[in-house]
Amino acid sequence: MIEVRDVYYTYPNGFTALKGVNLTIRKGECVAIMGENGAGKTTLVKHFNGLLKPTRGTVVVDGVDTRETSVAQLARKVGLVFQNPDHQFFSETVEEEVAFALRNFGFPEDEVERRVEKVLKRMGLLEYRKSSPFSLSGGEKKRLAIASIVVFEPEYLVLDEPTIGQDYIQKVEIRRVIDSYLETGRTVVIVTHDLEFVVDLRPRVVLMSRGRILADGKAEEILSDSKLMDDASLLLPQMTELAYKLGNPKIPRTILDENDMLEVVKPLLKHRGVWRS
Amino acid sequence: MTKAIEVRDLSYRYEGSERDVLLDVNLEVEKGEFVLLTGASGCGKTTLCRCFNGLIPHFYGGDLRGEVYVAGLNVKDTPIHKLALKVGFVFQNPDSQLFSLTVERDVAFGLENLGVDRDEMRLRVDWALKTVGMEKYRYAAPYELSGGQRQRVAIAAVLAMRPEIIVLDEPTAYLDPKTALKIFQLLDGLNKRMGLTVVLVEHRLDLVSRYASRLIIMNKGRIVLDGKPSTLFHDELEEYGINVPRLVRFFRKLEGIGYEFEELPLTTDEAAEIIRRIMA
Amino acid sequence: MRVFEGLRFRRVPSPIHELDPRSKAVYVAVLSVLSIVYSDPLILAILMVMQIPLVYIAKVMRFWLNSLRGSTFLAVFIFAVNLLTSYLYMGGFTLEGLLTATAMTLRFILLMGVFSLFFLTTTPEDLSLALEKLRIPYDICFAFTAAMRFVPDIALEAQSIMDAQKSRGLELERGGFIERIRKTLPILVPLFIRSFQRSLELAEAMESRAYGAIEKRTSLYELKMARNDYVFMILSIILLTATLLIKPP
Repeated sequence: MIEVRDVYYTYPNGFTALKGVNLTIRKGECVAIMGENGAGKTTLVKHFNGLLKPTRGTVVVDGVDTRETSVAQLARKVGLVFQNPDHQFFSETVEEEVAFALRNFGFPEDEVERRVEKVLKRMGLLEYRKSSPFSLSGGEKKRLAIASIVVFEPEYLVLDEPTIGQDYIQKVEIRRVIDSYLETGRTVVIVTHDLEFVVDLRPRVVLMSRGRILADGKAEEILSDSKLMDDASLLLPQMTELAYKLGNPKIPRTILDENDMLEVVKPLLKHRGVWRS
Repeated sequence: MTKAIEVRDLSYRYEGSERDVLLDVNLEVEKGEFVLLTGASGCGKTTLCRCFNGLIPHFYGGDLRGEVYVAGLNVKDTPIHKLALKVGFVFQNPDSQLFSLTVERDVAFGLENLGVDRDEMRLRVDWALKTVGMEKYRYAAPYELSGGQRQRVAIAAVLAMRPEIIVLDEPTAYLDPKTALKIFQLLDGLNKRMGLTVVLVEHRLDLVSRYASRLIIMNKGRIVLDGKPSTLFHDELEEYGINVPRLVRFFRKLEGIGYEFEELPLTTDEAAEIIRRIMA
Repeated sequence: MRVFEGLRFRRVPSPIHELDPRSKAVYVAVLSVLSIVYSDPLILAILMVMQIPLVYIAKVMRFWLNSLRGSTFLAVFIFAVNLLTSYLYMGGFTLEGLLTATAMTLRFILLMGVFSLFFLTTTPEDLSLALEKLRIPYDICFAFTAAMRFVPDIALEAQSIMDAQKSRGLELERGGFIERIRKTLPILVPLFIRSFQRSLELAEAMESRAYGAIEKRTSLYELKMARNDYVFMILSIILLTATLLIKPP
């Protein structure tokens, strides 16, 4: 369990990025931390593995206060995949890049080999194992960044904006990785402003704005609340916006995707035929 | 009348590469169009854009076969700085295209390079900043601005050079949806009010397809679909790695139960209109 | 890092900020010459005190004092080294040795103060314009400005890289000397690669905005010497000549 208790964080330049954040994340959960750029999402998750220590308040991971342990120890439990893969690659080959974390954590060599092979296969990067990480395409680099963290199977996997600049096929890939990770009973936290990706995932949503948590609960309830979303400077999911615009009492505003919309609208439809605008 | 962009049988491979990244591309863009260019990663859309302002072949080298004409100029024979008068390019990264210490100097950069005199420069810089809504930040330093503000400055820097065409390569990749929408609205304004031809590479079709007069989909180096967004969306586009807007997916489902729509709606207003009529 | 605080430009309106960097450079040159030529602690102290009204007019007192405070350690070090050297050389503590050490220290503080005042009241923009006016090729001026512009970005990137590697279990503070050097590789390699990537992106963007179109670039800003500048420069020269005449070194 990750417990964030009344956390305040002020950067050295004086900017207070977190203002009294309270949050509990339990094992096995899938949580999306959402908000506009600058809301404090990344600052918050950097507290989970001790990269940042709260100015006030405490962060406790599996019973251990982050102030009382090292980043390396926390990183073993909380795997943080950052936005920009170019900010971490330095090895000559893809497999060395993946092995890096394992070696830092003291895994024996035969274990390292086994895990590296397994994760490269799962992420569809086996053919590139001897290639340079810098020769990979953007999407492959993102997969490699994720691979380099999931290889040591952290209890909590945190992905910071995993869908930026990704096309449809790549997003499906990322979704697959998240699902299979959750299936092992582990926890996934994604920091994102990609509404439609969250709509498909239906996680628990934690909505942040200007250093505070505005709301914490079910995706259906939060993403469809136009006042909340407006306060957080986010747009509504397309289907939700459509439900609002239809303004029909038989069409609930908590609709998030096209399947739900179809279910609700089907019995109300009358005229068939060809429609011109 | 000269077309904005004319591409004939274009094939290209990068220096030292074994495969062509562009294969037999043919394209004509009229003045004043708003072209949305999309496709899976690696389909060649960025490469194609680089051919429009001369980065290919002059900056990147490589092997270019076929013809590319931009505003009547042959890209193979015209140096980048001459093409810069006709085509402006906005890149993905908000950080690496602003290099001065103040916003207004960045906007003036291109004009300084062209030897424009100071009074004319002043006028154009003021106009460009006003057009993108950044006049209040003219003395700000780049690191003081947010991502969205930096992209606005980049657009202003391009506008100041008064090009006929503006090419943008995933300019909103690092921006949140609300900020991205504002950028698209700005581009729409430039297109409709100034007649600027816009070529925009984007993945966020749900936010921007309503502004485009034309959607071009690329796959593995070729143009596979080219037409009006509202009609093009009838096809199965997921295989091309396209993020099909949910609105479109919903209406395709309606088509699956017996409805037929000549043009698929791209905005929730249009969609609500149609559904109300069906329900009435 | 307090020393560097004093060297960063503060945008405060004051007559000193508005001076052309060239006239300020003359002032800096004059004071540098005087500080090197004289070894009398009294004179150095007077020169030092003379700066204070300028700092006051420039409204940068707090930052100026900060930068001096930041260099206290070095000042003490210089004093100690000089005292020690004279002790060994003279075979004991002498008044002369003490005076020399004091002079060296004062010289250092004086120069720190002069340069700090200069950088606190001159925008990097103005600096690069001054370079351009001095007929230095634009490519070099641009490299200078770009370097200044990107230093904060590179610092942020280094932080981001360290975060990413620490999240993969890298412990920078552990290990012997050689091991620690090896551990900087995962930080330096991405930093360098990003720098190359950035240079490429910059070059692309510059070309796309017609860089190199013509030989003679024009400029949005222009440095013009005003009456205050000439006055300031003349006063500086007077200071130089007067001091040299009144008290020959």
